[in-house]
Amino acid sequence: MKRLCLALIGSLLLAGCSGIQPWVKPYERDRLADPIMSFDRNPVSGSYIDHVHEAREGARGASVSAGGGCGCN
Amino acid sequence: MRALLLLLVVSPVALAGVLPEDRADILYHYYDGGGIEIDGPSVLARAAVGEKVSVSASYYVDSISSASIDVVTLGASPNGYSEERTQWGVGVDYLRGDTTMSLGASTSDENDYQADTLNFSISQDIFGGLTTVTLGYGSGSDDVSRRGDALFSGEVDRNSYRFGITQVLTRNLIMGLAYEVVADEGFLNNPYRQVRYVDVNDARGYATQFEVYPQTRASNAAAIRAKYHLPYRAALSGEYRFYTDDWGIDAHTFEIGYVQPFGAKWLVDFKYRYYTQNAADFYSDLFPYVDAQNFLARDKELSTLQSHGPHVGATYTFFERQGDSPMKSTANIAVDNYFFSYDDFRDLRGGASVGNEPLYDFDAFVLQVFISLWF
Amino acid sequence: MNRTSRDVIGSLLLAAVLPFAPVQAGDDTGPAAEFKLPARTGEAVSLSSLKGQVVLINFWATWCGPCRKEMPLLEQIQKKYASLGFTMLGVNVEEDTTMMDAFLKDVPVTFPILLDPANGVSKLYNVAAMPSTVIVDRKGNIRYLHQGYKPGDESTYQDMIRQLIRERG
Repeated sequence: MKRLCLALIGSLLLAGCSGIQPWVKPYERDRLADPIMSFDRNPVSGSYIDHVHEAREGARGASVSAGGGCGCN
Repeated sequence: MRALLLLLVVSPVALAGVLPEDRADILYHYYDGGGIEIDGPSVLARAAVGEKVSVSASYYVDSISSASIDVVTLGASPNGYSEERTQWGVGVDYLRGDTTMSLGASTSDENDYQADTLNFSISQDIFGGLTTVTLGYGSGSDDVSRRGDALFSGEVDRNSYRFGITQVLTRNLIMGLAYEVVADEGFLNNPYRQVRYVDVNDARGYATQFEVYPQTRASNAAAIRAKYHLPYRAALSGEYRFYTDDWGIDAHTFEIGYVQPFGAKWLVDFKYRYYTQNAADFYSDLFPYVDAQNFLARDKELSTLQSHGPHVGATYTFFERQGDSPMKSTANIAVDNYFFSYDDFRDLRGGASVGNEPLYDFDAFVLQVFISLWF
Repeated sequence: MNRTSRDVIGSLLLAAVLPFAPVQAGDDTGPAAEFKLPARTGEAVSLSSLKGQVVLINFWATWCGPCRKEMPLLEQIQKKYASLGFTMLGVNVEEDTTMMDAFLKDVPVTFPILLDPANGVSKLYNVAAMPSTVIVDRKGNIRYLHQGYKPGDESTYQDMIRQLIRERG
């Protein structure tokens, strides 16, 4: 099962890379480059809010601000 | 580790990735909820050194006063306490072609808890830059002590593994997937917190004993998020995260957002977040007798709870210079309001009979005021 | 953490970065495709009208960091070689010109800035990265194509320009 998953993911990634052309051209990336399209526009604020959540809720991980997080009680 | 070294050799130097921007942020944060007030500064500065390296440093303080309900009702200091936590961090990013490698370290210090963490991540732009794949590993080591008990000491080892993909779907739509596994081992509970069990011999109708937690906790979280650029200059965002761990907690997080600039100087953003979780297997507000289970917890963070509320933020750009090395300064304010409600954690203040106390809930107000500088 | 997760992560990492077929770049040989674009100031410019000169066509946008960094250096190149049978064309690919106007106020240039908001010329030249630089010789053939910008690239452009200027038209 594990090997099947690995093979599947690997081949998907490789297949995606070889034949298909990027469908959004570099000169069409203007809107995507706009700061309002960033997932974490202000990292210092994002990581603070993540901390507010993690300190009071049971869940942790997979948040926008990547990495870090102290294990404080 | 060998896989990571192999990556350094085979990654093709095709289209160049970009280092993070040079930037400094000075933030003041304030939290008021559930009897607790916490405020303090948060400072982050990042600068490129040459063309391939970017370094960053951060400083953060929580000044805590008053006390949460569980410390007041069953904790060691019924009159509350005040405490300060300070956290320092440094980081370095290295850009090589389309690959960015990041290393970060941070240390957090309070009078009864010390936490050190190390983070490493590697990020690769593939597929013409439409896709970015990120892998991260974090390692933490905590020292737990208990005020007033010099003989007590505990340790926690933390390991986290993170995998993320961001994918450009159309000219207007970008999507992200993140998956994170966290594994903790060691003394995982709060050394002050007590659970309660029915005891007819006690005047309160219950007696207390210290919490007993498992020595390990392993969790999985998977999130999907998307940002969509509307036909005018504004963006919608959405996020869902699923969380599950081997303590029996399942949680769902939903968030939607909207951000719109007004003219060249102003920007406003709104968010609404809804969070729900069910209780850990060994959690109970009131156990039937002493030592009722191998593991005992009465931490409201592990109970069945919902938290939801809005966020409003505004940004004012008071200086901007375009050009080959652009500079910008913004002033920002953000307000969040959370409503926490608990389905199986009871408010023990007041004189209700044992087991019939009202379920606890509270409002929390969060304020952030910050200045950002790009240079 | 158990070995299974570590294996999964390691395999994903390898699969994600194994060499893949490169993004289709613009053709870097052959005659340069003809185009005519409106200029930011002044008359429209057509590539064929510049035959007999060495032309450097730079595709850029204000939202692209390396493009912004490159601009003052391109201006230096323009000043140095303009009287030697060379001209530079900056092709801006943005729909909204306000950002471009603000940028050019802070970084003024003396070479023509052409406007390609519909991206017709970008498509014609198979622009596969931002910025992209195409150098065309006196006969109208593409002789050099460069994607992206890294400090130091401008001296490579100058080497190419000097070489092409020496060739007869």
